[in-house]
Amino acid sequence: MSIGLEHYLILSAILFSIGLYGALAKRNAIVILMSIEIMLVAVSITMVAFSRYVVPLLLTGQVFVIFIMVVAAAEAAVGLAIIIAIYRSYETIDATKIDLMKW
Amino acid sequence: MPYQLIWLIFLLPLFSFLIVSLFLRPFFNHKPQLGGYVAIAAIFSSFLLSVWVLMGVLAAPGHELPVPDVNWVIIEGGVTIHLGLLVDSLTAVMLIVVTLVSLMVQIYSQGYMHGDPGYHRYFAFMSLFTASMLGLVLADNLVFMFVFWEMVGLCSYLLIGFWFHKPAARNAATKAFVVTRLGDFGFLAAILVLFFNTGTFDIAELHGLAVAGALAGTTLTWAAIGIFSGAVGKSAQFPLHVWLPDAMEGPTPVSALIHAATMVAAGVFLVARTFPLFAHSVEAVTTVAIIGGFTAIFAASMGLVMTDIKRVLAYSTISQLGYMMLGLGTGGIAIGIFHLFNHAFFKALLFLGAGSVNHATGTFDMRLMGGLRRMMPWTYGTFVIASLSIAGIWPLAGFWSKDEILASSLGSQPILFVLALLTVFMTAFYMFRAVFMTFGGEYRGGSPEAHGHPHESPPVMVVPMVILAVLAVVSGFWNVTGQFGVFMGHGETHGFAEGFFGILTHSLPWVSLMMAGLGILLAYTIYSAKWLSAERVGSWFKPLYTLFYSKYWFDELYEGVLVRMALINGFFAGLQQFDTHAVDGTVNGIADGTIAGGRALRRAQTGQLQLYGLVIGIGILAIILSVYFFG
Repeated sequence: MSIGLEHYLILSAILFSIGLYGALAKRNAIVILMSIEIMLVAVSITMVAFSRYVVPLLLTGQVFVIFIMVVAAAEAAVGLAIIIAIYRSYETIDATKIDLMKW
Repeated sequence: MPYQLIWLIFLLPLFSFLIVSLFLRPFFNHKPQLGGYVAIAAIFSSFLLSVWVLMGVLAAPGHELPVPDVNWVIIEGGVTIHLGLLVDSLTAVMLIVVTLVSLMVQIYSQGYMHGDPGYHRYFAFMSLFTASMLGLVLADNLVFMFVFWEMVGLCSYLLIGFWFHKPAARNAATKAFVVTRLGDFGFLAAILVLFFNTGTFDIAELHGLAVAGALAGTTLTWAAIGIFSGAVGKSAQFPLHVWLPDAMEGPTPVSALIHAATMVAAGVFLVARTFPLFAHSVEAVTTVAIIGGFTAIFAASMGLVMTDIKRVLAYSTISQLGYMMLGLGTGGIAIGIFHLFNHAFFKALLFLGAGSVNHATGTFDMRLMGGLRRMMPWTYGTFVIASLSIAGIWPLAGFWSKDEILASSLGSQPILFVLALLTVFMTAFYMFRAVFMTFGGEYRGGSPEAHGHPHESPPVMVVPMVILAVLAVVSGFWNVTGQFGVFMGHGETHGFAEGFFGILTHSLPWVSLMMAGLGILLAYTIYSAKWLSAERVGSWFKPLYTLFYSKYWFDELYEGVLVRMALINGFFAGLQQFDTHAVDGTVNGIADGTIAGGRALRRAQTGQLQLYGLVIGIGILAIILSVYFFG
């Protein structure tokens, strides 16, 4: 059995769903951040797979993914900083407790 | 002289209004007499031009002068309204009446209004009024006429409320405006009905259509009735008569000019101007005659018991206007307008006399006057001449026109003739009641605040009265042999146009003279010789006396029942309910619904970031699925 485009897409979909579930269902802010990273990686896999199978001679998509990873690293840094700031004022990182913006 | 000069007749007073109000009043307020001089110079020039016009019209074939007109409103493919002047015999007579009475009244006003802080304003309004009235008389189409018709109403409002610091004057001004407005609504409706049926506003063209029969039937009747309702409002005919007695709150010269001689006669003029429309509708012309005849006796009955001299004169004016309408309705233009012409002079004179008396005693209440014949001989003499004239004593002016009206009503409406004859008696009675109460007997002290002893008014007031007294004697001679009827171009003279003494060979003039004589005799019996006491007579006819004195409770009917109950508590209250509940209810309902909706939806804002995320996820999924299945 050769590995084709659809396998990558299925893997990506599974990863994305896991990430989405984690982002929506987990209470721990760090776990939510990690889940978001998983979703981002799932998207990156899709991009690389399409680049490889649709336009094999062009490397634009693959280079783009490098950029996404850099941005994701920066975003993770900012996200963690926010979580630390929240922890300092709330003394918790339970996402369900952070509801100051409700009615 | 070119006929364009006729425009000046009404433009001159208009210029005088502008000069006095925009220039003299702001910059020369310390020299009030200037305003009077400007206004009088303007109206005097208009008077001279009017005399020239009358000469021209008398000499012209067909008694009509051509005046070039100007296009005023042009709606492409639709309507063209031109500003034009219609100068025929009717116009010429009205021009003389308006300019002459206005001139006399304004000269008189210099004495009467002397020292009034609103002197400039007074002459400005008088000029504006005269200009509007002359415009109304000269207008050759109904739209142009309606504009001036409303302008005289406005001037009437301004001048009745001239002493606006008096609440009574303010209320009277409002009442006059609103009541006449009711009639004007009919006039406006009639103009529109005529326009939609004929496509023209031009009076001469409408005459042609009515004479040719192109304009006939119900349309014509309704249009004529609508025009007549305007005349009923302006000429204070029953049932819109209630405003005129209250209008006496204005300065007396204003009453003389506007509410006796000119503006209230505008209604009669309007009917005369559009008379071919009435002449071709039996219903319309009968309505005019009945309303006129009824108003004549109805108003005279209230004049019998009033104690305020100006109110007696006011009811007398309403009654005489009723006569004119009766004359129009039974006889035609010449008869109605001839009475208008004579009435203008003697009634203006009566009002000026009342003003002169007021000037001396400080009151209008006849119970506080008396004995003034020795102190004010000129006022007394002119007042008696005018009273004899209005009572219809041979050979004064009132006799000639009143007799024609009686003769024409006998010819067509015998019942109205009886009413008119009774009115002759009442007129003579109330006028001489006023004469004896004011000038006869001993002086009863005048107003409590009166200063010093009553004395004759200054020459500036007496001279116009003497001139008008001469006119009150001679103005009727125009029609002694029926020339006036011929001049009006319709020839419907029903009187006995047989010369100065020839008329006395008929029986009808003797009947009316006898009625008038009886009225004077009764007044003499009660108020001068005092063979009968007024209180005794009053108590014999207690119910009638109360009825007359309360003015048939028309003020109460209109104010209490129509205005307060029907309008304020009924219609307006209904509108108020509609406004509160339907209009405000809709607006408030939308606001309340939005607020309630917002309050309910606010619960969705949990602040739970993950819940939002979930909703976003489900939403996107729903979009994708719907695109997949249905897109």
